[in-house]
Amino acid sequence: MIINDDFEPTRGRDKRLPPGQYETRDFPVLSLGPTPEVSTDEWKLEISGLVDHPLTFSWEEFLTLPIEEVKKDIHCVTKWSKFDTQWEGVSLDELMRRAGVSERATHLIAHSHDGYSTNLPIEDVTGGKAWVAVRYEGEEIAAEHGGPARLLVPHLYFWKSAKWLKKLEFVDHDIPGFWEVRGYHNYGDPWQEQRYTFD
Amino acid sequence: MEIPGKNSATPSTDPRRSWQEATLVRSSMAAGNVKTLVFRVPLWIPHQSGQHYDIRLTSPSGYQAERSYSAASAPEERDVIELGVEILENGEVSPYLWKLPEGGQIEIRGPIGGHFVWTHDMPGPLVLIGGGSGMVPLMSMLRHFDRADGSGRPIIFLVSARNLDRVLYKEELKALEAKYPNLSVIITLTDEAPPEWQGYRRRVDGGMLRETVGKVREGMPMTYICGPTGFVEAVSRELVAEGFAPHLIRTERFG
Repeated sequence: MIINDDFEPTRGRDKRLPPGQYETRDFPVLSLGPTPEVSTDEWKLEISGLVDHPLTFSWEEFLTLPIEEVKKDIHCVTKWSKFDTQWEGVSLDELMRRAGVSERATHLIAHSHDGYSTNLPIEDVTGGKAWVAVRYEGEEIAAEHGGPARLLVPHLYFWKSAKWLKKLEFVDHDIPGFWEVRGYHNYGDPWQEQRYTFD
Repeated sequence: MEIPGKNSATPSTDPRRSWQEATLVRSSMAAGNVKTLVFRVPLWIPHQSGQHYDIRLTSPSGYQAERSYSAASAPEERDVIELGVEILENGEVSPYLWKLPEGGQIEIRGPIGGHFVWTHDMPGPLVLIGGGSGMVPLMSMLRHFDRADGSGRPIIFLVSARNLDRVLYKEELKALEAKYPNLSVIITLTDEAPPEWQGYRRRVDGGMLRETVGKVREGMPMTYICGPTGFVEAVSRELVAEGFAPHLIRTERFG
């Protein structure tokens, strides 16, 4: 390892920062193309795959579900972390209970309006670890941050928290998503610094 | 403690997997606020234009800072990696990199990324739209075209900068434009322009896009936009409004 003798850190090393991350107060945007404009009128969320009751929610229907408030640190693979972000959303536990997800389901594939997808093991979206968020810091989620609704899985790198959420598909095998087949890690634990395929 | 067979000096066979020691071989100014740094690495593999590298600095106390920088060099430029590093006010890593002397070393790994890339086997016109230091990965694409392609495909490089001093690679762009009649470099200056300036003097808008890249829209161009978030949001939204296919627009934003 190289020691950079004259390198003087100017940022503190907060215990809440995973390795290689730095804190930002802004909310930078990472996405792959133009921001899709999805109005709440046309928005629908589909829950499908290995479920007893496939469900489709309109925006109005979705807002009648129990909404939880969550405050979490988030970590982007591009190296920024943001502390204490506040979200409101419906827990995946609640959605999975209503849809009756089969015991055969091993993975959740989240699909977005722009064709993006990402893969998550079931155990990472159950037990109060994941939400479909509809509000950020007390307001509707801005389009560039994934509004009207985005997935929120804060314990993994933030690309797993798919923006512009359209469909939650439960499957019995792993299906690597958009970034996962383009050089990024299949699981993405920030504390293990699982950024890229080989990490 | 030494673990037999686990000598940390043993180079990995894949530079994307582990950090390697990079040595600065030359540097120059790309613009008033962006420095070109060219590193030599022991284990070099070609990147794709648009990909980035991660660099890591370690202080004597063991503190580590990592940042990502896009490659500016063409993949055909063997054994070296050229980065463009913008000096950031209150930056932690960029001031160190700016002061790094020739022969100085840092750790690097990569190349990384598989979406914001252009290779010359991709058909059709090429549209590059860069805001400030967002020009860096786009320059790699243009250099890749120059080194590996050189075809007559239309290429438009639209550059937005606060002033002329903030436009990267000016001389090289001028030379490439003289070499390729199918390449046009269009610069818009948003804050200040010299008195004799004949070009655009405003932020990129729908009208400007229509007059410039609009000319190649019918040819289904691959379009790459890189710059600050607000710039990328505005330009990509206008392009879609102008009838550019969203799936042919690829974006990269600086936090």
